[in-house]
Amino acid sequence: MAWSTTTWVMAALAPIIVFLAGHLFMGITRKITARIHRRRGPPVMQQFIDVFKLFGKRTSTTHSWVQDMGALFAVIGVIACSLFIPIGGDPVLSFQGDVIVLVYLLAIAPLGMALGTGSTGNPNSAIGVSRGLMLMLAYELPFAIVIVTIIVHFKTASLGEIVEAQKGFLDWAILSLPLSAIAADLALQGMLGEKPFDQPVAPSEVASGPMVEFGGKYLGMLMIWHAMSVVVEAGLFVNLFLGGGVLFGGGTTLALIGNIFVWLALTLMVFIFSIFINSVFGRFKMGQALRFYWGFPTLIALIGLSIAVLSNLGVF
Amino acid sequence: MDDEPRGGLLDQSGMEITNLPERGFLRKLADWASAKSMWILYYCTGCGAVELPPVMTSRYDMERYGMGPMATPRQADLLLITGYLSVKTLKRVVRSYEQMQDPKYVLGHGSCTIDGGMYWDSYATVKDVGLYVPVDLYLAGCMPRPEAILQAVERLQGMIMDGTADGWMRYKRDYKFYRENQDKVFKRGPDWALEEPVLK
Repeated sequence: MAWSTTTWVMAALAPIIVFLAGHLFMGITRKITARIHRRRGPPVMQQFIDVFKLFGKRTSTTHSWVQDMGALFAVIGVIACSLFIPIGGDPVLSFQGDVIVLVYLLAIAPLGMALGTGSTGNPNSAIGVSRGLMLMLAYELPFAIVIVTIIVHFKTASLGEIVEAQKGFLDWAILSLPLSAIAADLALQGMLGEKPFDQPVAPSEVASGPMVEFGGKYLGMLMIWHAMSVVVEAGLFVNLFLGGGVLFGGGTTLALIGNIFVWLALTLMVFIFSIFINSVFGRFKMGQALRFYWGFPTLIALIGLSIAVLSNLGVF
Repeated sequence: MDDEPRGGLLDQSGMEITNLPERGFLRKLADWASAKSMWILYYCTGCGAVELPPVMTSRYDMERYGMGPMATPRQADLLLITGYLSVKTLKRVVRSYEQMQDPKYVLGHGSCTIDGGMYWDSYATVKDVGLYVPVDLYLAGCMPRPEAILQAVERLQGMIMDGTADGWMRYKRDYKFYRENQDKVFKRGPDWALEEPVLK
């Protein structure tokens, strides 16, 4: 299948959009968190300044080439993810089953980071990595059930077609599958690593966990990874449940640009919702997080799945 | 603020540093970013730590300046020594400082870092931190109020943008001087890392 010009342009633009939006979103949410704390907060562009500073550092300690590769792995993994996400309803890479590929790809970047941090030999990073993998084990269960529910409901495993099926506002999956949407949003909280699920990077417990030995350019890479993964993960929620931001039809370039902005606005809203929870909660212990995820979210995800299956069979 | 004389222009022997390296446009931009995003490594000894929570929280809100606490030396840009150092803790400070990535800055906070403060006649405290690690800016007071800390931060930002906050360069250039002073105070074990990179 030959790519159209729009697809080529989007292939080049998607990582850039995700990069810029990620850093902007982090800046906006830092400001919002500050306002919740009754502070003024940093400038909105602070995240860009931080990353620029880290890349401007004269020295960056590395422990082995595995650490170099691990940082690259994380950034490349998230760039690959950004090509699978339909930004404004137009995915660059789209085929039957790409949702499942994406779920696997989302795990690639954290595993890359785990590889890099494991090579530094710091005990804190080992604890951080094991906490991160345990947390992944916890939230992946409800999230996987939600993905199956979506596939059953729309009878397709292609993100592009899932977005296509939610054209009208009333077709949004958040209205037809509200229980699954709640389960997915709870899983998203852990995926984004916001409180109460920020055990892997808990600064006061494990000295920022996986990042403990990362300084200078290496930390800059991880910050880019984190900012981009926020957009990819919140954007995945928008694509699955909020119609993928497709507001303008017609398929013109202008409509696509409009849809991209709508998608970004929805993604920001989902992320801000997560930040609201983040700024008023404390941190769960690891066991509490595991027990939480395998309890309530898994239960309502299962109920959502049975509702989707039963309505497919024509029971109601 | 701008007309005031700034510190950091004198080297350890009191000579004025005139051979500051030329900075290109990108380096100036990176220094600007360093000034606007200083991540702090606290070395909170004694009573100095008490004045920092108000600086961080909503009353004075340090994050306005892009500053924030960091968990490890690798990630931090600014070493904040808040209070007196004993002979024992000096070793940890030097070690933390050497683990930080260039460019790095040191803010001596409180009178104890300048001349020992109220512990001036103690056998166990370090009187002048500047002999062991290069301090870019001292902040006098016992203890300095949050307003004074923020003023020092603004001054340090100005120095970084000027390129005069050059403690990390002095540490490399005058390493012999610092090393001699450190060796007078503590012994280095065989596990002392980072000896080579500093000398490079």
